[in-house]
Amino acid sequence: MLSKVAERLYWTSRYLERVENTARLVSVYDNLLFDLPREIDISWYNLVELNGAQALFEERYRVRDERNVVKFTLADDTNPSSMLSSLMLARENVRTTRDVLPPDSWELINELRIFAAANIHNGINRSARYEFLDHVIKSCQQINGLMNGTMSRDASWQFLRIGRNLERVDMVTRLLDAGAVAQIQGEAETNMAISQVIWGNVLRSSSADLSYRRTMRSAITASDVADFLLRDPEFPRSVRFGLGDMRHAVTRLPHGKAVTGQIDRLLKAVENADVSDLAAVGFRDLLNEVQLDLIDLHQSFGETWFSYDEPEVA
Amino acid sequence: MSIDWKQYDPNGFFDELIASPGEARHPAGPLIDYLSELDAKELEARRQMAEATIQEMGVSFTVYTEGGNIDRAWPFDIVPRVIGAKQWKRAEQGLRQRLKALNMFIDDLYNDQQIIKDGVVPAHIIEKSKNFRRECIGMKPAYGVWAHICGTDLVRDGDGEFYVLEDNLRVPSGVSYMLENRAITKRVLPELFERKDIKPVHNYPARLFDTLVAISPRRVKRPEIVVLTPGIYNSAYFEHAFLAQQMGVELVEGSDLVVGDDDCVYMRTIAGRERVDVIYRRIDDMFLDPDVFHKDSVLGVPGLMRAWRAGNVALANAPGAGVADDKVVYAYVPEIIRYYLNEKPRIANVKTYLCDDPEQQAYVLDHLDELVVKPANESGGYGMLIGPHSTKKEQAQFARLIKENPRNYIAQPTLSLSTAPTLVSKGKVEPRHLDLRPFILQAKDTYVTNGGLTRVALRKGSLVVNSSQGGGSKDTWIVNGEE
Repeated sequence: MLSKVAERLYWTSRYLERVENTARLVSVYDNLLFDLPREIDISWYNLVELNGAQALFEERYRVRDERNVVKFTLADDTNPSSMLSSLMLARENVRTTRDVLPPDSWELINELRIFAAANIHNGINRSARYEFLDHVIKSCQQINGLMNGTMSRDASWQFLRIGRNLERVDMVTRLLDAGAVAQIQGEAETNMAISQVIWGNVLRSSSADLSYRRTMRSAITASDVADFLLRDPEFPRSVRFGLGDMRHAVTRLPHGKAVTGQIDRLLKAVENADVSDLAAVGFRDLLNEVQLDLIDLHQSFGETWFSYDEPEVA
Repeated sequence: MSIDWKQYDPNGFFDELIASPGEARHPAGPLIDYLSELDAKELEARRQMAEATIQEMGVSFTVYTEGGNIDRAWPFDIVPRVIGAKQWKRAEQGLRQRLKALNMFIDDLYNDQQIIKDGVVPAHIIEKSKNFRRECIGMKPAYGVWAHICGTDLVRDGDGEFYVLEDNLRVPSGVSYMLENRAITKRVLPELFERKDIKPVHNYPARLFDTLVAISPRRVKRPEIVVLTPGIYNSAYFEHAFLAQQMGVELVEGSDLVVGDDDCVYMRTIAGRERVDVIYRRIDDMFLDPDVFHKDSVLGVPGLMRAWRAGNVALANAPGAGVADDKVVYAYVPEIIRYYLNEKPRIANVKTYLCDDPEQQAYVLDHLDELVVKPANESGGYGMLIGPHSTKKEQAQFARLIKENPRNYIAQPTLSLSTAPTLVSKGKVEPRHLDLRPFILQAKDTYVTNGGLTRVALRKGSLVVNSSQGGGSKDTWIVNGEE
């Protein structure tokens, strides 16, 4: 498989995953803000912080209100990680890898782009937001389902799998970090136990609420949620599962051994993480380290496969 | 209100579907009956459905503008064009014959040049040709075939006969649109496909693949075949990707390929370098190899010509095949067919005046207001003078151009291009002019598409069918039955 095609596939699934995650995040937030006591100041702006996009947001908007944050997160084409930007990039990557993807994937992503661009106002205004985002999420799942159901498990598939898992793991660590921040802020401002609301929200953002209930058989507590999202061996969006799936994918590729060591180190760090107190400095440091390691991993993928070339034989 | 075919008036032109007011040509009968049952509202609904389908399928082409490149949806008319199978058979045989002779001609030009020695075509045909490549002299591609993929433009004149307008032997495009047009029509007018006699077109990618496999220099079970594209900003990128996907081969850009010290071509893959056997190249000769042609080309692959000359890789079409794509050579094709095959041409040329013949030039200069003047080596409908639609000033300009460089111009009578009913506004059908581009594959075997790509000039009265200049397209049906 061509190095360039491999790289585009990897990005296709990253962007596609990002579109779905972003849509779900906004949808969950929409719900969450109804549930929180009025005096708790968990604002829409957290979405901007979650994506580390504060500087860009400040450049574009003055008021940190719902409308601006949602517009920035879903629609803004100057925001490279907005949902529409990610969708455009996913489409461009599918367009340039049409020769290795199922033919219908191009049609589906085109439909989704046309739908999202034409109905984006429904995402920004509150009344039809849920339906709009729901359609986007379902369309992403449809595309993933198509690939899952029809693609050979060859190199193309492995690169899609690597990209999807990297993006998922990255998102889960961001969500956990945002949860920890909210908890710290919330406790400082009020005595109310808002933990349940915050961590329930984190679970829902990862589509993990029901799996959590079934697996942990306990009420929602910060430690249990972190434990589940970091280390559950069966749940497909947990960090451990994502890293494990990624590890399996790289071993199916030529030169995969070049990156397994890095993935193993990450797995070990997650295994040993202390989740007893999420407000503690140690927990956020761990998340930060995982994030940095993911960036390194991304670079190693590039060196191993995307710019791969043998030196000329002299 | 449904279409009133009695009111449909092709204005004296040969119409593809309607023989006389209210009366369909025989092969088109069932189509016309069917369309008559649809009212204006239903027709409009089908048109919109086609538009939505094109958007969803992402069928597009790129238009270059000053403000950047625009990806436009493919303009498509839902009313198919129908051709009787017997008549098509004759055209198909003519195309086979023509391609066979043209490939023998190219092979001869780069080797013995017997046809020039025998005085059948003048020597200046290569001396002054923009597309004759000295780098190709002495090459002997497999089966003596240089133009493996050809898209010949056919027109029908007032007499209803097919004529060859031009041979596109370099990098003809459009075949993916032929395939997509059929796919769209099947979705939009599914009822019509209940009749079983519409000949399928879907096997083109498989035949193209077979053609490419046949020319692999390495006799291996699975030769590595690639489609070489200039990249996403090329107007035909959609087609390059489409064909690579349909054939299940890699779509590559120049930067994905490298020529090794062993004069073999390799592609950069996740596992390292992999040898490439056949390149279906969709970039022009001059950009193929910066070591040999345009030095600043970033689209090509340094050393590619070296590898080709060493016989380690096959290129389709072969470099230099365009020498027969010259409109001056075109004028000699009937002679070329007689010379190599000792046969009568089965499909005619359009009458062509060569401006470097003094007598013919004088005639052309006297009749600029009636003739179409074309530069010998342009494609895409650029740089033409259409006499009857031109101003005195434009005619004077072309008179000057012709005198300055007579070798570079030919002239042809203005053709009465045939028409076909085309949906022009809500449920309203009017005649529009069209042409036809069948695709011919040649290596060990020869294959001609069932029909081809019909291009239609969407503007009333216009004869320009190029998609870059306001043209659209139609699905083309070859069906049993004669007119």
